[in-house]
Amino acid sequence: MSLIDSFPRVRAPKLPRVDGLIPWIVPLAIILVWQLACVTGFVPARVLPAPSDVALAGWKLLLSGELIKNIWVSFWRASIGFLIGGSIGFAFGLANGLSQLSAKLTDTTLQMVRNIPHLALIPLVILWFGIDESAKLFLVALGVFFPIYLNALHGIRTVDPQLIEMGRIYGMTDGELFRRVIFPGALPSIFAGLRFALGIMWLTLIVAETIAASSGLGYMAMQAREFMLIDVVVLSILIYAVLGKVADSASRALERLTLSWHPAFQKK
Amino acid sequence: MQEALRFQSVDVEPVDRAGMLTQARLVRRGSDSAARGLSLTIRDLRKAFGDNEVLRGVDLHIPAGQFVAIVGRSGCGKSTLLRLIAGLEVATAGSIAFGEETRAQDVRVMFQEPRLLPWARVLANVEVGLGRERASAGAQARAERALVEVGLGDKRGQWPSVLSGGQKQRVALARALVSQPRVLAFDEPLGALDALTRISMQRLLERVWRDQGFTAILVTHDVSEAVALADRVLVIEDGRVAQDVVVDQPRPRRRGSAELAALEGEILSHLLEGNEDTPGL
Ligand SMILES: Nc1ncnc2c1ncn2[C@@H]1O[C@H](COP(=O)(O)OP(=O)(O)OP(=O)(O)O)[C@@H](O)[C@H]1O
Ligand SMILES: [Mg+2]
Repeated sequence: MSLIDSFPRVRAPKLPRVDGLIPWIVPLAIILVWQLACVTGFVPARVLPAPSDVALAGWKLLLSGELIKNIWVSFWRASIGFLIGGSIGFAFGLANGLSQLSAKLTDTTLQMVRNIPHLALIPLVILWFGIDESAKLFLVALGVFFPIYLNALHGIRTVDPQLIEMGRIYGMTDGELFRRVIFPGALPSIFAGLRFALGIMWLTLIVAETIAASSGLGYMAMQAREFMLIDVVVLSILIYAVLGKVADSASRALERLTLSWHPAFQKK
Repeated sequence: MQEALRFQSVDVEPVDRAGMLTQARLVRRGSDSAARGLSLTIRDLRKAFGDNEVLRGVDLHIPAGQFVAIVGRSGCGKSTLLRLIAGLEVATAGSIAFGEETRAQDVRVMFQEPRLLPWARVLANVEVGLGRERASAGAQARAERALVEVGLGDKRGQWPSVLSGGQKQRVALARALVSQPRVLAFDEPLGALDALTRISMQRLLERVWRDQGFTAILVTHDVSEAVALADRVLVIEDGRVAQDVVVDQPRPRRRGSAELAALEGEILSHLLEGNEDTPGL
């Protein structure tokens, strides 16, 4: 016991620094190899610009204010679409998880609609909304709706019935039962849905902005393609990657915070 | 409906012989504890799930403060009887009546699984047992006392997931005890524990029962556990009480004593006999 206890304590001061760096080794190595391949002319610049050129393009766009404007537009679309689709999906998930009647009424319909890939609706959406903001918001909201709905529903349905019975035995009201038993029990599944939905959110936005937009990151990339600015195209792709990663990390941090009871999140 | 069953009160029946013995012992133990337990009268209790008639007329009187063990083969309806007593199922026919008017927190159940909320700390889990009184002043102090009572005072801030099986079950016991129930029903609470932990948990159960004087109803697979703990062992068979054995042994009991072994043998042979009579089981 004391041996096991002392082991991590002895190594603890050294570990975090190394641990924090390890995930970055591979991306840094890739950038390095990429830069080398471009500088030596192994990869022609019109196929793939060097990372330094991409960074330079980014710097110029930053100075002109165009980059910030486009990132902001994309971020705004992503968040609003996510909020709309996510909250409707969550509301349906709660309703159908808690009420037999509501589930009977809407679940079959929703499961049918789920089988339509939401990106297949793009032509229709353009006909309805043009290339207006609402078109992008609609697509993002639709894409985000299902993972949130399905996982909230699944989470609520799979809460341990023995715990629910226990709550009732000890006199919890319906509200207390939801707050103290059902919701915390469904939370891990809700988070799984959240993370999945964030991925869908970016994917949908990229496609929508590439096809029908007059601003945003996807639009920036398409404009750059027309003028053969391959460094800007690559830059846009990288920014999407970074934004996706930031969203994922944020949801993970929230998860760690709220699921600290879960054995998987307990610090050793 | 089930509420109505539980709150109905009847005149207490003439206490049977086994009951009188216990009463006498209880009075000797302390005047307070005898008053705490509730007596229980079950008349012609029947329960069917669809075509499956599980209980076919159980008649039973349990005097206040008695420790009753219920044994029987798997699937004979022990859990069903317990759940009916606890008000978790509705009887098809018959009645269950407590000696006095009961409040919800007077009857508590403990299951084989601890059923702790994994997202609540140990102390918060115990506070769940206070039910509606959770918000009242002194709730936390009561929960802490219950934890100390089961020997887990130092675990109050832990997550349940870090506790051992026996410790989790003790938290569940503290949660059941915190509202000071007058009837405590156990459905194989020690079934999932290893032999040593079982024995120390049996001692704990006996101790809290003696301290608090509630009426204890213990469903168990383990006949030796039944005779070691109970004043009286009921054997359920064919949906009825087939045997009602008084364990008139002084406490604290010595495990493995000749008298207890003889009683255990008698009950076991009855159970096994039943087994041979019923081919296909
Ligand atoms: N909710 C239910 N719905 C349908 N049948 C049930 C239900 N609960 C119990 N039964 C049936 O009632 C019978 C008795 O079950 P019960 O759980 O009371 O047995 P038991 O004596 O506790 O068995 P064990 O010792 O294995 O725990 C079984 O045949 C079981 O299938
Ligand atoms: Mg059972």
